[in-house]
Amino acid sequence: MIGIIDYGAGNLHSVLKAIKQLGYNTKLITKASDHTDEITRLILPGVGNAKVAMDVLNSTGLSDYLNGRVSEGTPLLGICLGMQLLLEKSEEGNVPCLGFLKGTVPEFTDVSEKIPHMGWNQVKDVQNHFLFENIPDETDFYFVHSYFAKPENQKDILGETNYGINFASVIGNSQVMGVQFHPEKSGKYGIQLLDNYCKQGDK
Amino acid sequence: MLRKRIVPAIDVLNDQAVKYVQFRNPTIIGDPAELGKKYTEDGADELIYLDTTASLKNQDLKLEWIQRVAEQVNIPFSVIGGVRTVEDFKNLLRAGADKVGVNSAAVQRPELLKEAADIYGKQCVVLGLDAMPIYNDNEEIIRWEVYTHSGYEKTGLDVVEWAQQAAELGAGEIICTSIHKDGMKNGYDVALIKLLSEKVNIPIIASGGAGKIEHIEEVFSEGKADAALVASMIHYGDYTIGEIKSYLQTKNINVRLT
Repeated sequence: MIGIIDYGAGNLHSVLKAIKQLGYNTKLITKASDHTDEITRLILPGVGNAKVAMDVLNSTGLSDYLNGRVSEGTPLLGICLGMQLLLEKSEEGNVPCLGFLKGTVPEFTDVSEKIPHMGWNQVKDVQNHFLFENIPDETDFYFVHSYFAKPENQKDILGETNYGINFASVIGNSQVMGVQFHPEKSGKYGIQLLDNYCKQGDK
Repeated sequence: MLRKRIVPAIDVLNDQAVKYVQFRNPTIIGDPAELGKKYTEDGADELIYLDTTASLKNQDLKLEWIQRVAEQVNIPFSVIGGVRTVEDFKNLLRAGADKVGVNSAAVQRPELLKEAADIYGKQCVVLGLDAMPIYNDNEEIIRWEVYTHSGYEKTGLDVVEWAQQAAELGAGEIICTSIHKDGMKNGYDVALIKLLSEKVNIPIIASGGAGKIEHIEEVFSEGKADAALVASMIHYGDYTIGEIKSYLQTKNINVRLT
């Protein structure tokens, strides 16, 4: 069963719909007591402001819940803002984040391109991570963001995208991972990526 | 590199996808969700639904078809038409729309853009902007003015100034429709799109006038548009989205091929 963290994120329902359509059982988690032992993987969706999101996660106890599950070894996938929150700190509101991965989240400032980075862009698989299984390299995914992940360790960069600069569009390791784009809005390969994440657990 | 987007526009009346002939006589061309799914499979990068249902009595009906689109379509889609309040944004986003477009209501009360962006983020606030050129005595275009209410009301606002103000307030994207080009099939207003693309730092979707595949190339290469809206070209079966994109690729326009 896939647990989806429900803290009012704008893309919650499209993520939920996509996971259900793939045939997985899902459970929305609004507080720690919603947890059941059937949950084998977690997803942290997200759209919007990092500070607002962290305030909600902290005040609802969901930050503690995620900390607990991740230290127990439960896999976690962050999507868009949910990915940025996996790092230690975001410059958006200068807020401390979950810190499952070392690094920060700066704003796009040195690029000559329009902000937000909005639309389809290619992702280069740099580590042959299982998230990219059955997805051609440099496939396009749909992005909408103004801040980007800057992991401290090169080994935490799983995918890269160019938007004036090369930035980390997929980060993590075999347990905690995040994608800057919206797989739930990226057509068939986006759905494939979600399936790749979920199928590591059970249906 | 970021791709140039091809965005089909689908008119919706009540809960049916329709085609207008000379802005009148709607004929049903299918179900909004099924048509959206088909265009997605053909390679559309995003969809725009223009809800032309006027009556407020149809609010529930409106949300029902949007929910069906959200169920069946796995690329982003915008809904435009009749949005007046932050409450309208909430209802449309909750029904599953990724972006909400606002046109006349933003001219009447520009703060609406800021209110919506503060709550939902700029990425889901789309400004619909209808433009008409103003000519001097030598019939040269001197500037463009904003029109509202489907092109019936002149506002006196300068298009570039309004676009810049809207971007400042919270619009994340602009769909610019050239009223005098719409339905004429003789090409986009490339000069206007170029001007907007240069003066405004948010993506510009060019709308109005596409009749031939070359027009799309022109609005990307000369007009510097971020996205091109296509309607009758694909609804009538003259071209498929796949054909349009293959052509653009041969002209070195950076498009996503599926």
